Amino acid sequence: MTAKPITTELIATSAQHARKIFPIAGGVHPPQNKSQSLQRPLVSARLPEKVILPLAQHIGAPAKPLVAVGERVLTGQLVAEAKGFVSANIHASISGTVESIEELPIPHPSGLTGPCIIIHSDGKDEKAAQDECENYMELGREELIEKIRSAGLIGMGGAGFPTSVKLAGQAPIEHLIINGTECEPYITADDILMRNYPYEIIHGVELLAHLLGNPKDIVIGLEENKPEALAALRDAAMGTNIQVVSFPCQYPSGGEKQLIQRLTGKEVPSGKLPIHVGAVVQNIGTTYSAYRAVRYGEPLIKRITTIVGDALEHSGNIEARIGTPVSDLLDQFGFKAKKSSQLIMGGPMMGFVIPNADVPVLKTTNCIIAPSKKEMPPVTPAQACIRCGMCAEACPAQLLPQQLYWYARSDDHEKLLTHNLFDCIECGACSYVCPSHIPLVQYYRAAKGAIRTEREEKAKSDRSRKRFEFKQERIAKAEAEKEAKRLARQKAAQEAKKKLEEQKAQSGSSEATPTKPAAPKVEDERARLERTLASAQTRLESAKNKHQEAVAENSDRVEQLAAKVKQAETRVEDAKSKLAALKTAPANTSADNSQVSAPTSSSTDADNPVEKAIAKAMAKQSMSPYEKVKSSVESLTNRLEKAQQKHAQAVSDSGDNIDALALGVEKLKEKLDAAQQELKELAPDEPSKEAAQKEELDPAQAAIEKAKAKALAKQSMSPYEKAQSSVESLTNRLEKAQQKHAQAVSDGSENVDALALGVEKLKEKLNAAQQELKELAPKEPAKEADQKEELDPAQAAIERAKAKAAANAQLTPKEKLANQIESLKTRIGKAQIKYDTAVEENSDNQEALSLGLNKLKQKLEATEKELAELEE
Amino acid sequence: MSFISQSSPHAHATNSTQKVMLTVAAATTPGFIALVYFFGVGVIINLALAIIFSLALEALVLYLRKRPIKFYLSDCSALVTAILLGLALPPYSPWWLIFVGCIFSIVVAKQLYGGLGFNPFNPAMIGYVVLLISFPVNMTLWTAPVGFANAPSLAEAFSSVFLNAPLDGYTGATPLDAFKQSQGETVAEIYQNESIFSDAVIAGAGWEWVNLGFLLGGLFLLWRKIFSWHAPVAMLVTLTVCSFLFYNGGSDSGAPVLTHLLSGATMLGAFFIITDPVSSAVSQKGRLIFGACIGLLVFMIRHFGNYPDAIAFAVLLMNFAAPFIDYYTLPRSYGHNKSRRATEKVDV
Repeated sequence: MTAKPITTELIATSAQHARKIFPIAGGVHPPQNKSQSLQRPLVSARLPEKVILPLAQHIGAPAKPLVAVGERVLTGQLVAEAKGFVSANIHASISGTVESIEELPIPHPSGLTGPCIIIHSDGKDEKAAQDECENYMELGREELIEKIRSAGLIGMGGAGFPTSVKLAGQAPIEHLIINGTECEPYITADDILMRNYPYEIIHGVELLAHLLGNPKDIVIGLEENKPEALAALRDAAMGTNIQVVSFPCQYPSGGEKQLIQRLTGKEVPSGKLPIHVGAVVQNIGTTYSAYRAVRYGEPLIKRITTIVGDALEHSGNIEARIGTPVSDLLDQFGFKAKKSSQLIMGGPMMGFVIPNADVPVLKTTNCIIAPSKKEMPPVTPAQACIRCGMCAEACPAQLLPQQLYWYARSDDHEKLLTHNLFDCIECGACSYVCPSHIPLVQYYRAAKGAIRTEREEKAKSDRSRKRFEFKQERIAKAEAEKEAKRLARQKAAQEAKKKLEEQKAQSGSSEATPTKPAAPKVEDERARLERTLASAQTRLESAKNKHQEAVAENSDRVEQLAAKVKQAETRVEDAKSKLAALKTAPANTSADNSQVSAPTSSSTDADNPVEKAIAKAMAKQSMSPYEKVKSSVESLTNRLEKAQQKHAQAVSDSGDNIDALALGVEKLKEKLDAAQQELKELAPDEPSKEAAQKEELDPAQAAIEKAKAKALAKQSMSPYEKAQSSVESLTNRLEKAQQKHAQAVSDGSENVDALALGVEKLKEKLNAAQQELKELAPKEPAKEADQKEELDPAQAAIERAKAKAAANAQLTPKEKLANQIESLKTRIGKAQIKYDTAVEENSDNQEALSLGLNKLKQKLEATEKELAELEE
Repeated sequence: MSFISQSSPHAHATNSTQKVMLTVAAATTPGFIALVYFFGVGVIINLALAIIFSLALEALVLYLRKRPIKFYLSDCSALVTAILLGLALPPYSPWWLIFVGCIFSIVVAKQLYGGLGFNPFNPAMIGYVVLLISFPVNMTLWTAPVGFANAPSLAEAFSSVFLNAPLDGYTGATPLDAFKQSQGETVAEIYQNESIFSDAVIAGAGWEWVNLGFLLGGLFLLWRKIFSWHAPVAMLVTLTVCSFLFYNGGSDSGAPVLTHLLSGATMLGAFFIITDPVSSAVSQKGRLIFGACIGLLVFMIRHFGNYPDAIAFAVLLMNFAAPFIDYYTLPRSYGHNKSRRATEKVDV
């Protein structure tokens, strides 16, 4: 087309449009091939039979369909709405019926399919109501942007970024640049638009400027190969502050970054957006559509597309409905399929090959090229890169394409990044000039994809590594806590054991019932006792009933049952008294439970030797060596006094153990001396020595001392006492052995036999000891004292036994036996309770307890028999 | 219907590697004519043999490497290598000398490294240096530039090339030889004593025209944008500056500036050897450094070294350094404040 002569005059005379044009780097000058499509005026496409509306024509989330299959829609009706902020509405471009919503091949470089709404035309092109607005400039900014958003406007130059998002920014804008460059060969859609609708475009520019806060620099940029468009726009821009400038053709000056550089001299920093240099670039077609949307309420349902190529009868521009199949448009230009080997959507430099002619025209489709095989021959095989550097000369981003190619081929991602791969705009200038016909851009696209994938994978693996590390840490923490708890338990158990041992040593004999290392809480204890009481009462009831029945039936079991009733009564009594005791002394128990290391106020029951011993042991533990020695001196002094008393008594009684007692006294004196000596030595010492002293004293020495004390105590005892203590110790050991045996049985341990044997032996020993005790009894008449199961310290027991013996001396054998029976009954009651508890708790020592209980019963029977014999 | 799928761009410039190579080959014509004019038919025989041997060897190696022979031969890179080697060798060289040179140029320096585009060194210069070191007598046996009419006849030429017959009476020192062999004499004395200078217009009989011929060919290539001006200009400027600084007016044997520029292989090197893109630095900045370093090395070897000329050594030494130069001379890309270094550490 020949340029109007007026154009040059306008350029020369108009000061409004004088502007410095800045150079851009690189660039190429491919044959323009624009004249073919400019031979004919713009035409409107015939109404297509159907339209295919892909839901993702824009950058961002695909739109969400709002219509159902079979639904009738009108032209311009919203059929899919924007999903999220960066997304765009899609409108029906014809009236008709929704045929289907399905996956179809879409025009995309990937060649992938995408969800589409297919509308079958009813041929009426019935329009939906449109919201016209004459005084749109009086509307608020938000309202205007909403109008643009709801019209489904996106960048029509190719990228398809939602326009409303670009306009919604609040950053101050210095330059509003309208891109009418159209630097790609073949394409003339924008040229035709500018020629045909210059006033609408100028109104659109004013609208966009208004929305962007009226930036001081508003410019429409064109390449100088569009003189008519330039003239038309300048004519329309008369009286506005809009500059319309043209500059020499240089592909790719229409690239956003390049255009900004061309018109402002500014470079958009790498990885940043134009807004960082205060610029907003809008496509000329978008500008026009924005005006139409705001002024006439027209959604984006049609656009101008260039149909060009040697495989067509003629070329030209056509206003087509969005979604029209490409084949439908090509038909209108006399497409000869045989002449063509490919169809290109977009320009020859950055456009992409479409898989077939059935794909639809999109909002971004500015051109469809149907080249003949001669026009665009199939690619020639690539030759070796000779690093001639022509690509580097052509690169508008000032990269080194030959080096990028080298590193892309060797997958050297680090080097690709140092060579700024991601600043490549994929304009294709390097590939265009490459004498070896290497598809350079394709290598960069692939490399970018590989790096993005690598980054994603790295991010993913970083996340999972963090997760894993956190998990490991958590597990380690849990393990550590567990271990700490275990150690604490172990320590507690050791301490309890130690206390027990110390207490044993204190008591001067090895008799002791197994004390629970950690007594249950008072509440538990009380509950247990209450349960026991309740069960005992029930038993009593049932026993009484049975007894009455037996009496009524005159059964021979009456006596037996009467005994049972008695037994039950005793048990109830016992449980009651225990409960009462617990209620009266809860503080004491809890103090004991909390395992305070310091001795509590000695509110400890005087008749609770276990607690006493524990308290003592605790007191000892918390003592310094000096204190220990001091206390040992005191205790020795005590013992010496007692021994001396005993000796004196023995002398006065002319007992046969005078000598032994005298020896004991001597020994105690010696010990006392030694202890006093030690005390003296320790006294001046500072506590710094304590630790060492403690260690020395603690395990070995203490044990020796304990053993000595024991031996001494034994020595000072009468034979009867000795026998008594040995019986007690044996009973104790037997019980333990039985427990062990029972446990071994329940655990199915392999040493059951050995343990059973041990139990047997212990029984024999116990019998022997009891025999001995009996023999000794007449001499020192204090028989029952040894029967006591409780943990009495030997000394106290002896004292009590003596007192008892004194009392017993007055009793008849009958009375003695009766007493014995009483005591046995009490013990049986107690044992029964223990056993019941064990059964209730399903404890390990049930069997042992039942054994003990049976024995006691046998004993009782024997004693009762003895009594009966005596009575006869 | 469906179509061929290919990635953009779909348009291509009509340029090709073959065209580039043929243009370079064509640009040697002025220098070649000057050489034939002054040194006779021997130059033609040299060139013909070099081309035949090179193409044959290239085809053989391509066959052994199972590559399409026609496709790779048609890039004409072996032709250019052969022409450059043939032009660099003394005329009337025995055939085996040319053959050995071709083996090292085509087989060793080029194909064994992977063929065109993968050779780190200039193939023609590898062949030349191998010959210079292995057969120094043959390689320094230049005939005097007596003119085509007075040069050895065709029969003499063939007997020299194929029968190893000595060309007594024709040989003579080159200008750079003259300077190298006349240490201690002043420039004026050398000019007076050596016929090569006494017959010269500006810088050595015949050689000045040969160099001007290559200069002309080089300017043609620059005009055709076959290569950028950076490397040749940097080399010639450096050589000029160095020779100017070290020229003391002719009171010793230091050659004047024009002698340096227009004798030996200066212009052939500046426009046809160091501009080989494969083995040179890639960026403009890099090529400036590359060319300047070659100019400096050429002068230093000529002035202080034992060899009369030094283009081949200088080029090969700088071929070593080219990747290193590349690392530190990346251009500043659009949107970046400064140029980066290829060696910097990046997280992918």
